[in-house]
Amino acid sequence: MRRPAAAHVGVPRWLYLPALLGAGVVLLPLVALLLRTPWADFWGLVTSEASRDALGLSLRTATASTVVCVLLGTPMAVVLARTDFRGQGLLRALVLLPLVLPPVVGGIALLYTFGRRGLLGRTFEVLGVQVAFSTTAVVLAQVFVALPFLVVSLEGALRSAGQRYEVVAASLGARPTTVLRRVTLPLVLPGLVSGAVLAFARSLGEFGATLTFAGSLQGVTRTLPLEIYLRRETDADAAVALSLVLVAVAVLVVGLTRQAGRAR
Amino acid sequence: MTLELAARVPARDVEVELEVGAGETVALLGPNGAGKSTVLSVAAGLVVPDAGRVVLDGRVLTDAAPGARRRVQVPPHDRRTALLAQDASLFPHLDALDNVAFGPRSAGAGRRTARDAARRWLAAVGAEDLAHRRPRQLSGGQAQRVALARALAAEPALLLLDEPMAALDVGVTPALRQVLRRVLADRTVLLVTHDVLDAVLLADRVVVLDAGRVVEQGATGDVLARPRSDFAARVAGLNLVRGAWRDGALHSPDGLRIEGMAHGPALRDGDASVAVFEPQAVSVFLAEPGGSPRNALSVVVTELEPRGGQVRIRAGALAADVTPRAVADLDLAPGRRVVLAVKAHEVAVYGT
Repeated sequence: MRRPAAAHVGVPRWLYLPALLGAGVVLLPLVALLLRTPWADFWGLVTSEASRDALGLSLRTATASTVVCVLLGTPMAVVLARTDFRGQGLLRALVLLPLVLPPVVGGIALLYTFGRRGLLGRTFEVLGVQVAFSTTAVVLAQVFVALPFLVVSLEGALRSAGQRYEVVAASLGARPTTVLRRVTLPLVLPGLVSGAVLAFARSLGEFGATLTFAGSLQGVTRTLPLEIYLRRETDADAAVALSLVLVAVAVLVVGLTRQAGRAR
Repeated sequence: MTLELAARVPARDVEVELEVGAGETVALLGPNGAGKSTVLSVAAGLVVPDAGRVVLDGRVLTDAAPGARRRVQVPPHDRRTALLAQDASLFPHLDALDNVAFGPRSAGAGRRTARDAARRWLAAVGAEDLAHRRPRQLSGGQAQRVALARALAAEPALLLLDEPMAALDVGVTPALRQVLRRVLADRTVLLVTHDVLDAVLLADRVVVLDAGRVVEQGATGDVLARPRSDFAARVAGLNLVRGAWRDGALHSPDGLRIEGMAHGPALRDGDASVAVFEPQAVSVFLAEPGGSPRNALSVVVTELEPRGGQVRIRAGALAADVTPRAVADLDLAPGRRVVLAVKAHEVAVYGT
């Protein structure tokens, strides 16, 4: 059966023009990318050794950084959503800064933290660990830019879930750890999943901070976005084909988050 | 198990002192905003009073003397006070059984032991067949039963009930009230309600709050028979006649026979019960009105009391509202024998 058409309060007709224009700005480049894709060599381009290295590295590092984001971001979100202390607003704003910070600035900042001459670099050097320009650096750069996404998404979910069930659980004798494990986290699981997916997507696309802080060494720090950027000058077809792979991943991510949102 | 509670919460203009004896159910009555829920929150440890003490079974749960060097505030999970609110607030991600098992599990019981206990508590509230339902598959009354089982399963030393029936359809309240009557019998309970019937049927004692202060307290029957506070007088306006059920009617110890509509589970002969009806539903006659299907209660007028545009006739514990005109026509005065008539369908009879 068809649903009866809902009656709307009129939208001014001229509004459609800028709205369509906006959609065009977003969609047209994707269409152009599709049109320019060298379908005949697509498979070969995508599976070349350099491509496979980059794709594999990207997936590994993005997965690792997502795990780190979940492990660190969940406590952050809970503390921000469920406690009240002086300077909390300021702390939240600062922690979320990477959302608006140019990634290259993040990369510089990381370099002066973990680099050989950085804040903690000396300590690491003494321990015989060099962070900068390693795969670890790639993960750190991704965590730096992706963590706020998870925190924002999860804190929102925690706030809208409210504390009603937590109060009930405590009154039934559950210790704070039990409340967190058996009530709070299960209830915000959809928010946590969509936050993690967002963090994964952001990690996968990370470019500026990675290049600055981790460099571009094939198989070690050269992730897919870096590979695309480098190939663009020597082998445009490969760049386009790999771009399409990232588009496909992005579409998949959007689909997954919508699914998680619906399950809520 | 006794509760002593004294609390001053200036932010909500509440200053209250009350006690609940071991195994006693105390109803906290009062208009909206009187501070009833604040008192429960103080007992549950969800609100820290500016000054006050909460002692449960000799254990100090809250001690907040102003300027005291050592303040005590035992966290909610360690107070052994379970709270049941208006809405059941069942954990949506657990089925009814695991909701009820939550308390035992939190106390350290294994999964199987906790579930066995949960099954027993579900049976105690008549909800064993709901064990594997999710909260969203339960009606309001069913959910509240499960929530009650969940609160009981935590084996609290003090049960706090915050208007547990306020959010339910009137159709399901009598059944839940019966369940409450049964399970609250030997427990230490603080029950917030604005329904005088809850106080009558569930509580041993009532404490009346108004504007954050205790304005009246005492045995339920005494307070309702002789209310001193405005609020108690307003809610206690109801006629309550206690007696035994026999042959389809309630028989009071002083010989009144009252027919009414039975609520809740079917009454059997000899069951203790209470008949409830409003003074406005009562008409006053000098002689028994013939040929009418009404209850006729022969009584002696003890008091006349103006009440708005009407006059309340009191005859012992019974009351009837009539017009001043009727008072004049019938020449009503204390000492006069009259017949109070009330239709059977205006009378609600509850088992007690």
